[in-house]
Amino acid sequence: MKKHIEFILNGEKRGVDLQPNQTLLEMLRDKLGIKSPKCGCDRGDCGSCTVMLDNRTVRSCLVLAVEVDGREVKTLEGTMPGGELSALQKSFLAHNSFQCGFCTPGVILSAGELLEKNPHPGREEIQEAISGNLCRCTGYIPIIDAIADYAKEEK
Amino acid sequence: MPIINEFAYFKPATMQQALKLLAKYKNSAILAGGTDLLNLLKDGSAQPEAVIDVKGLAGLRKITFAKGRLQIGTLVTFSELIEAETVKRYFPLIVETARTVGSTGIRNRATMAGNICSAVPCLDSGPLLLAYDAIVSVVSTAGKREIPIAKWFLGARKTGLKPGEMVSGITVPLPEAKHAGCFIKLGRYAGEDLAQASILTMALAGNRYRVAFGSVAPFPFRATRIETLLNGKELDAQLLAEAKDLVVAQISPITDLRASKEYRLHICRVMLERSLQASVERLAGRGPRCGERLL
Repeated sequence: MKKHIEFILNGEKRGVDLQPNQTLLEMLRDKLGIKSPKCGCDRGDCGSCTVMLDNRTVRSCLVLAVEVDGREVKTLEGTMPGGELSALQKSFLAHNSFQCGFCTPGVILSAGELLEKNPHPGREEIQEAISGNLCRCTGYIPIIDAIADYAKEEK
Repeated sequence: MPIINEFAYFKPATMQQALKLLAKYKNSAILAGGTDLLNLLKDGSAQPEAVIDVKGLAGLRKITFAKGRLQIGTLVTFSELIEAETVKRYFPLIVETARTVGSTGIRNRATMAGNICSAVPCLDSGPLLLAYDAIVSVVSTAGKREIPIAKWFLGARKTGLKPGEMVSGITVPLPEAKHAGCFIKLGRYAGEDLAQASILTMALAGNRYRVAFGSVAPFPFRATRIETLLNGKELDAQLLAEAKDLVVAQISPITDLRASKEYRLHICRVMLERSLQASVERLAGRGPRCGERLL
């Protein structure tokens, strides 16, 4: 039986009718066309489906879409109002921090959550914060460099 | 993988409603953090007719500390445990353990109550709760009951929870004696991985010790033979060697894709030594800081 839910997506109120067995990731990508969260492992291991739920990162593949009724969801799209690249994204560009880019939205949201709590993290703290986001291209060094460099610049 | 099975979704606002639903739908699943449940739904090993989302029960979201007992509500996530001031202050071992669970994105959703309900052999909270002699509170329409953690784990993925019951919280009593401990989890890499082996030891004033293992038997357990050997004695090289020789008799690891039985037998000796030493040093006010890598 379909359920109607209402929630805030990237600052806008949205209403959706859906089956309770749909995941948040399926709803975002297939119903709402939000493509930054990716389906990698689809079991919570890889972090490529990361989105913010009430300002905390979660695995959207491990959340039922009906659960977000009345709550606030933010994806990478929501962190760049007007489509402008954020300073953190620019740092990723400057450091060549991706090749295929599949993991990047998740990595940026995870890094953003860390920087919110701890604006000047050490390398080890950065590593720990993105340890749930698997990257198969870069070997992580350029990703960590980009985040560390951004954190150094931010005063 | 989409979830094939269809189910009704309920989000009760009161405990009474939740328990009624639980009694009504014999084949139902409780949803808290969902980090285990969603995978079971996807692979079809859980096919409930009803999913009961208990996140509307605000009373289960609390962490309270009174009379030497920490109460952890069913909805408390690992991230909330790590951030709670009382937990940091009185239960650094909970913080040390919680920080090894998955990654931030998992810890933001996963709950300790859900972790013990999964009852997989490698569950991270197992050794911790066993060493603290924690108590699991369960509720049903028939009333409340309390289950000591030592009687909670009955087998791999089997717990003392009966049909119609749900966990309402976990009580962790603070040992009266001065104490310190250490948790070590071995994964294939630092960061998000299931434990190949885990150990939590505690040293209490008056040369008392507690030792609990995870991932090296069908469920986590207290190593009582090692504890009996250690109790009443000062930890020195001789005693440590004797304790390590008991490891092979205490654990029953298997070979799986994460590690071989032989490797687990070996590494548990090393982990016992480092964890005990760290516990004793921390009790003396020295030792590695919380969360430091000891492997």
